[in-house]
Amino acid sequence: MAGSLWEEIPRFFTYYNWVFLLEAAGRTLLLTGVGCLVGFALGFYLAVARLYHGRIFLPFKVIIVLYVEIFRRVPFLVTLMLVFFFCQGFGLEVSVFTVALATVCLIAASYTAEIVRAGFEAVHHTQWEATEVMNFTLGQKLRLVVIPQAWKVILPPAFSFFIAFIKDTALASQIGVVELTYVGKVFNNKGFSPVLAFGAILVLYYLMSYPLARFGAWMEKRLVVSKH
Amino acid sequence: MSYLNIENLHAAYGDNLVLQGIDIALEKGEIVSLIGPSGSGKSTLLRALVGLTKPHIGTVRLEGRVIDYSNKRSLREARDHFAIVFQQYNLFQNMSALKNVTIAPVKVKKREPAEVEQEAKTLLAKVGLGDKLHSYPDELSGGQQQRVAIARALAFRPNILLLDEVTSALDPELVKEVLDTVRMLALEGMTMLIVSHEMAFVREVSSKTVFMDEGKVVEIGAPRDVLDHPKTPRAKEFMAKILRH
Repeated sequence: MAGSLWEEIPRFFTYYNWVFLLEAAGRTLLLTGVGCLVGFALGFYLAVARLYHGRIFLPFKVIIVLYVEIFRRVPFLVTLMLVFFFCQGFGLEVSVFTVALATVCLIAASYTAEIVRAGFEAVHHTQWEATEVMNFTLGQKLRLVVIPQAWKVILPPAFSFFIAFIKDTALASQIGVVELTYVGKVFNNKGFSPVLAFGAILVLYYLMSYPLARFGAWMEKRLVVSKH
Repeated sequence: MSYLNIENLHAAYGDNLVLQGIDIALEKGEIVSLIGPSGSGKSTLLRALVGLTKPHIGTVRLEGRVIDYSNKRSLREARDHFAIVFQQYNLFQNMSALKNVTIAPVKVKKREPAEVEQEAKTLLAKVGLGDKLHSYPDELSGGQQQRVAIARALAFRPNILLLDEVTSALDPELVKEVLDTVRMLALEGMTMLIVSHEMAFVREVSSKTVFMDEGKVVEIGAPRDVLDHPKTPRAKEFMAKILRH
C-alpha cells in the first residue's frame, strides 16, 4: 500500500489539483471567517439587546431567546437543509455557497449570543450597580467596565466554538458546496487513495485551525491580562 | 423643609416588604447614622435613595424637589447629587485606583480630564493613597480599596454621601484608617447618611442617630439619647446586647 501511495503522489500534486484544493480551502476559510465575524458581531448585539429592560422590549427579547435557543439545539445539517429548502421554496435564486454562508451566520450568531450573554452575567452584579449609581449609560457600562471584565469568560469558549466551526463547515458539502471535504471526496472518487485524498485535506484543516487557536490565545493574553 | 426629606418610604424585594414607612429628614452638613440589627432595612434605605431598589410608596424630596424613581431623567438628576460607598467597595476591577476615581467625572460629568486627574490625585493623597495611584484593586488591601471607593465617591462631587457599612468587611486594624477618612469628611461639613455598626464612631461623628428595626424607624434623636437612653423596649434590647458586646 505504501508503495502505491508513493507512486500516486506526483499524480496527486499537479498544478490543477493544487488549484482545486486551495480554492476549496479558500471557501472553507471564507465560510468560517465570515460566519464567525458576522456571527460574533450579530451575537454580540443580540446579547446587548437582551440587557434592555422594559415592557416595550419584551417581544424583541422573546424573539431573541427563541432564536438563540432553537438554533443552538438544531444540528448544523438540519439548519443547512432548512435554509436550502426555504430558499428553493420561496424561489430565491441564490448559490449553494450563499445558502451555506447564511446558515453559518445564523448558527454562529446564536452560539455567540449565548457565550457573550454568559460573559456579561459573569461580571459581578455589584460592578453593574456601581456604574448604575454613577449614571453611566448602557454603552459606557459595557465599554468601560463590563466588556473588559467579560473577555476572560467570552474568549475561550468563543474560540473553541470557532475552531469547531471550521470542521462543521464540512457539512456544506452535503448541498454541493465545493469546500475541503467535498474535494476530498472528489479525489477519492477519481481513484486516489483515501489516505492521500483525506490526508491532504486534514493537513489543510489543521493549517487553518492552528493559527486561529494561536490567535485566540494571543487575544486572551492581550485583552484579559492587559490590566497589569 | 429640610435638605433631604424621606417620607413614608416603602420598598420591597419581591413580596418581602423591607422598608415599611420610613420618615427621616436630613439638613445640609448634617451626619445621620442608621443603626439596627441585620435585616432591619438600613442598607435597603440607602439603595432605595439611589434607585437601586425602587421605592414603591412614599416620597423622597431633595432640596424640596420630589425624586420620581420611575422617571429616568428625574433619577439621573437625583443620582448626580448622591454618591454611595458600598460595603464591598465595588471598585472597577479593570481599572487602576486613579482611573476608578476619574472615570465617572470624565465620562459621565464630561469634565476636563486633566483637571479631574489633578483633583483625583489630591483626593487619593488625602485618603492616604498618594503612592497607590496606579495600583489595581486586587493589589490593594480591603482598607485601601475602601478608601479608593471613598475618593471615587468624593470625585463625583456629591451633595450627600451615603456610606453603607464601610468598615464591616475590613479587618479590625484596617477599620481605623477608613474611619479616620470619614472623620476628616465630617470636619469638612460633608452631608452624610451612614450605616454603621461602629457605635463609638456613630456617637462621635453623627448629629442624629436613627435606630431601625423590621423596616421601620423605631427611635430617632441625638446619638447620646438613642444609644445611652433608648426609650423603646426593642432599642433597649439592641443597645444592651451590643454595648455588652
